[in-house]
Amino acid sequence: MSTVCWITARGLFGRRRFLLLLPLPVLLVVLAVLSRGLGVPPSSWGPPVLVGLGLAVVLPVVALIVGTGVLGAEIDDGTVVHVLTTPLPRWQIVLPKLAVAAGVTAITVAVPLFVAGLLADSVRLGLALAVAASIGALAYSALFVAASLLTRRPVLLGLVYVLIWEGLLGNVITGTRVLSIQHYVIALADRLAPTNLLETTVSVPVAVVMTALVSIGFTVLAIDRLRAFSVAGETS
Amino acid sequence: MTTTSNPAPPTTTSTLTLTGVSRWYGNVVAVNDVSMSLGPGVTGLLGPNGAGKTTLLHMMAGFLAPSRGQVTLDGRPTWRNPAVYRQLGLVSEREAVHSFLTAYEYVLATAKLHKLPDPQAAARRAIAMVEMESAQDRRIGTYSKGMRQRARVAAALVHEPQVLLLDEPFNGMDPRQRLHMMELLHSLGDAGRTILFSSHILEEVEQVSGTVQVMVAGRLAASGDFRTIRRLMTNRPHVFAVRSTDDRALAVALMAEPSVSGVELGRDGLTVRAGDYGAFTRVLPKVALARGIRVRQLLPEDESLESVFSYLVEA
Repeated sequence: MSTVCWITARGLFGRRRFLLLLPLPVLLVVLAVLSRGLGVPPSSWGPPVLVGLGLAVVLPVVALIVGTGVLGAEIDDGTVVHVLTTPLPRWQIVLPKLAVAAGVTAITVAVPLFVAGLLADSVRLGLALAVAASIGALAYSALFVAASLLTRRPVLLGLVYVLIWEGLLGNVITGTRVLSIQHYVIALADRLAPTNLLETTVSVPVAVVMTALVSIGFTVLAIDRLRAFSVAGETS
Repeated sequence: MTTTSNPAPPTTTSTLTLTGVSRWYGNVVAVNDVSMSLGPGVTGLLGPNGAGKTTLLHMMAGFLAPSRGQVTLDGRPTWRNPAVYRQLGLVSEREAVHSFLTAYEYVLATAKLHKLPDPQAAARRAIAMVEMESAQDRRIGTYSKGMRQRARVAAALVHEPQVLLLDEPFNGMDPRQRLHMMELLHSLGDAGRTILFSSHILEEVEQVSGTVQVMVAGRLAASGDFRTIRRLMTNRPHVFAVRSTDDRALAVALMAEPSVSGVELGRDGLTVRAGDYGAFTRVLPKVALARGIRVRQLLPEDESLESVFSYLVEA
């Protein structure tokens, strides 16, 4: 494991905000188990739990906490200077941090989604949700890592994207779904395990291309912004 | 107290050059048209709070783009150029350090990030340099402010940079730690490294370095040895304390000299104000000898850094 990964992971798990990751995935599993245990038909509880909670809330919120934590928190407390005062090319800083963010998010979200998918339909749906969520974790992480370098309030920006753009506009104006990672994930999961529980207007090719564009584009943007990272002076 | 591990002399020396550097934030000019060249040795960057020292250091360290002008290290710009950190170390003022790591882990991680051939040995050497061996396995979060500062200095020194920039390095240190840090900076400077440290504490700068860069309101007000700077301030009379075998007679004789602008006779001797430093120091022995007076003490009273600094700030 690279030194940047090691420091990032130690920093992430050493902060209390890491505990924020736990309740949502647990809630997802608990709701799926309860629904299944109470004999509620999957067609009734599947969409709100798998999509409404799992893909629309748990995945982006966990990605937001982790994605802004791997770099934004270090920028906030100034410890980012430690890694920046080394001759490492900036991509060698951004990529390990992105890998940690995407990896932690994927593990945290994919496991409960797999369990929920399994309980709702089948192992195949569980696996499809886990794989699609992992891909979505990469796209969200790239977005939120870049946001950490674009604004001093990356969490606020992330919440606006998740709640306003994806949560509100995505449901009202279907055209906005083309710029919604949540709908890319739904499209990919539905392609891997076709089911009536997952519905979106975004086609699979659009989802694949846009996921790649978002992941690569925001990663390149983050690297470029880190190259020009400024520390505020005493007068500013 | 002795330093346990002396820094090795660098194989080459580096020069940090600022050419017409300015930095502004909106309408506020933080640094205004500063040019300087820093070579081997210890230099103090002095100025009152808000003078632009930190902004200048950040530009030197490549953490801030100059609004105008250029900062180069051996001819290469420091901005957007991570390769300069092979030669440059920075200890910033902000006490930013991973509190969940031990000092050894922190310095070792830095050595690995620099891709040093033997990071363990480099980390041990840097920790020894700041005398942190006994506490190196404790988490940094449990350290005092001064200890954290030393851990940060060790991390900045682990790759043996030719240039070390320190922003208020003595903040939070107890007298013993402060003395040790001063010795360390001296030894690094003597070994041929370029050391620049900022401070608003005059005594710190005076004890560590004779060479200063004085910032006042964003401008470089003076540069060089502060005693030489003082002597160049010809518009201010130089003040000397003089004691002799006959102070009254000496006072009368000195008043006749054109280089002397005033003499005050006190219980402990004379306070002489001289407009021309060189002329007065040449004429005093002649005057005393001619009158059979023996000069027991001649002490420049306003050649301290404090005097120089206050004159510059008032100007």
